[in-house]
Amino acid sequence: MGIVATLKQQLFRWRSDGTAPLRLGQRRIFIIPSRGGLLFALALVVMLIGAINYNLALGHALVFLLAGLGIVGMIHTFRNLHGLVITPGRSEPVFAGATAHFELTLDNDRTSPRLALELEAETGNSVMATVDRKKGVKIKIPLGTQKRGWLDLPRVRLTTRYPLGLFTAWAYLQPAMRCLIYPQPIAAPLPNASPSPVGGERHGDGGQEDFAGFRDRQPADSPRHVAWKASARNVGERPLLIKQFSGGAEVELIVDWRLTDDALPDETRIGILTGWLLAAETAGTPFGLSLPGLEIPPASGERHRQRCLEALALFRS
Amino acid sequence: MSTPAREALDRHATPWLLATALATTAPHVIHQPLWLSALAGVMLLWASWLWWKDERLPGRWLIVLLVGAGSAGILIEFRTLFGRDAGVAMLVMFMTMKLLELKSRRDAMVVVTLGYFLLLTHYFYSQSIPTGLWLLAAMWLVTATLIRLHGGPGNPMRATLSYAGLLCLQAIPFMLVLYLLFPRISGPLWGLPSDAHAGTTGLSDTMSPGSIAQLAQSADIAFRVRFDGAVPPKQKLYWRGPVMEQFDSTTWRPYEGRPPAPNLEIISPPIRYETTLEAHNQRWLLALDAPAELPSDFGLNSQLTVTKRQAITERQRFRLSASLDYRFNTAEDPAVLQRNLALPVGSNPDARALASQWRSNSAPEAIVSKALALFANEFTYTLRPPLLGRNGVDEFLFQTRRGFCEHYAAAFVVLMRNAGIPARVVGGYQGGEYNPLDGYLVVRQSDAHAWAEIWLDGQGWVRIDPTAAVSPSRIETGIADALPFGEPLPALVQWRSEWVRTLRYRWEAINNAWNQNILGYDPQRQRELLARLGLPDTDWRNLAIALGAACGLLVTGLMGWTLYQRPSHDPVTRLWHKALRHLARRQVNCAPWETPLDLARRVREQRPELAESFQPVVDAYLLARYGTDHSLKTLRDAVAQLRR
Repeated sequence: MGIVATLKQQLFRWRSDGTAPLRLGQRRIFIIPSRGGLLFALALVVMLIGAINYNLALGHALVFLLAGLGIVGMIHTFRNLHGLVITPGRSEPVFAGATAHFELTLDNDRTSPRLALELEAETGNSVMATVDRKKGVKIKIPLGTQKRGWLDLPRVRLTTRYPLGLFTAWAYLQPAMRCLIYPQPIAAPLPNASPSPVGGERHGDGGQEDFAGFRDRQPADSPRHVAWKASARNVGERPLLIKQFSGGAEVELIVDWRLTDDALPDETRIGILTGWLLAAETAGTPFGLSLPGLEIPPASGERHRQRCLEALALFRS
Repeated sequence: MSTPAREALDRHATPWLLATALATTAPHVIHQPLWLSALAGVMLLWASWLWWKDERLPGRWLIVLLVGAGSAGILIEFRTLFGRDAGVAMLVMFMTMKLLELKSRRDAMVVVTLGYFLLLTHYFYSQSIPTGLWLLAAMWLVTATLIRLHGGPGNPMRATLSYAGLLCLQAIPFMLVLYLLFPRISGPLWGLPSDAHAGTTGLSDTMSPGSIAQLAQSADIAFRVRFDGAVPPKQKLYWRGPVMEQFDSTTWRPYEGRPPAPNLEIISPPIRYETTLEAHNQRWLLALDAPAELPSDFGLNSQLTVTKRQAITERQRFRLSASLDYRFNTAEDPAVLQRNLALPVGSNPDARALASQWRSNSAPEAIVSKALALFANEFTYTLRPPLLGRNGVDEFLFQTRRGFCEHYAAAFVVLMRNAGIPARVVGGYQGGEYNPLDGYLVVRQSDAHAWAEIWLDGQGWVRIDPTAAVSPSRIETGIADALPFGEPLPALVQWRSEWVRTLRYRWEAINNAWNQNILGYDPQRQRELLARLGLPDTDWRNLAIALGAACGLLVTGLMGWTLYQRPSHDPVTRLWHKALRHLARRQVNCAPWETPLDLARRVREQRPELAESFQPVVDAYLLARYGTDHSLKTLRDAVAQLRR
């Protein structure tokens, strides 16, 4: 670790804050004059020289009042961050290339609002937040993604220049948060549905052809199979109902690592598998996943989809 | 509620900036050329219209063109782009033009900074209490604009304004500390532009018919005096300005040479006083006749006028003393006497004839009384005398017979010189108005006066005021009593009803206090104040330390005040803590780990007399805290019972 890095480590205390709520104390808040503040200071110096030169008593008073305003502005900018409570929330998995959002809760237990808080995990990608008096807000910090796998939330810079914009106060937050990044799907033709030992079609029940009645919804069921009308008739008594179908040419797809070309790099093969998986899901075909050392039997539903995508996201990463 | 960050200016911030520009430039209309105010007004209206219609701002080239045209106009008007008035004009122009290119928050910051800067420029022209108040309000508005810019659109106007007010109020202690302790330098730091002190009114160093009458129509204050003892009678208050010895048949001028120092013999004990002189851009001080002790860096010239090397360009305070009875230059230089007998050749023949008649058979005193008797009988004292021609003194003496003090003084001196008595005109002020509220004597421009001085053998120069012969009330009570109603006197001087006068006294006393204590706070006053605070002989280093310490204390105090948060407990906990405080007063202290039931048990064992009233508190607390009873009444009653 270089000297600069050590210094930064010491000065900014770059280390994980864990998952507990975190209250910003004075040791975490840094403050320096902003560009507008420097302009203001320059104007004050010129004004002071003018006031001395022309012997303007009220000019002196005005310059001093404005200088006082600057100091007060500094205190209030600091105050805008001081005592803010930040609680890490959750993050929804996204596909690589999309923007991941990390949810944080900002709580203000003061009787004045905190305005113009800017949170930024990577440069140029920030959110503004306002926390009303005695309230809390949930904000989502955007972060661009490239790779599949776990994405740790980097250091977040929480900045404010409110109220006067003459000073920039900031604090670094490093809540222990991570977001699962699914592989980026690559569009490729679905593998042939012909019977084969490893992938293909299979007749079964629980399909989607002929309506056969209702059953209680289980967590694995996709929301698109919910019988909303039927469920609405007996609200509150039972869980949601699922339309059940029987017979027909029910097909299942096993998305198999071995179906992809050996010559391709691993990441492309994973992308292709992801693409197949999503295509199967769109088509409403139950699907399974077969990776070296991992077999997920065919099924459908949100939970199943997440399980397959997670397996793909973390495979050999 | 989160929105994407942006540096672009939101639409509803623009009206704030327009208001800022209006509030900071509008008062300049009074002293700016009309075309510039019109240009600024058009820019403001244009910017407002563009905002209202939500149209595109004009292109860069148009703005460059406009700025060029405006600067050219200023250059033609003021002959420079720098200096006070041209600089202010440029600032006003920049401010209004910047409104046409409000795109980002940085543009808005420029407008706000310009706004703060423009506030200062108003003090070039006035530092009165109303200006101060107006600018305080304008500063509040500019600060609110700044807050609105950085707070974003989510903040309602009222909240923004009240927050700005709070910030300004919190800045006031810093201002006071800085005002008192910041090392004061008496300016100027460099040569001021020639227009720095333009527009000051006051006595001029020449006198021609009508010059003082014009000055007398102004109610502006020339100086204020506070006597250490009682105020001398009004007819003795002659404040000497320039002494004019040379006459060219219309205008009186001072002698340009450097005659020897005066020889002054003081008869009555000196009267001490302090005078606060308004800037008049002249070198004389207007001391009470005859000056006995002078402030340092002032000198007494041969005509008894107190003068300084440089012109007095700002309000200043001096301590002086004067002796009302004196003898001045009993042994005068013959050259001076000769000079004070000279008259333009061939002018005013009738006056010459009259004076020669008197001269033939009288002592000087008799000639003087003859001349005064002439004035007393047939002359009228008026601010609106008829115009006079080439032989003005003759016309005045024998035809018009209406005039103001300068006519009488000039005619008298001409008569005396013709009669062989050395005489000269003295300009200055006479009298003044005593303000009983603060004990200051206020001398206005309307008290401007001219009188004569003659040299008599054995007595030296003697003051003769011919106006006193025409209109004794001018000297005894003041100009308002001396002139008939309808003369063009300033309303302030003319209104003499009791309550108007009281009101005016009050307002002037406030103004004087403002001038003396706030505006007059200079390096000298700063030293005095620090000495009184127990810091004698402070140099700038000590001041800086004191300043740093005071500001540090203020910052700490303000931080503590704004950051301190009262721990907020729910009402149940608050009531429980109240009960614990009652117990503590009776020497029962609840340990941190003690549950309410444990505490109740201990109270039963150790202080059975308290248990009866404490047990209901515990029951009610547990019920309120963990039970279903959410009303606090039982608990509150129980705690109240415990109190007894």
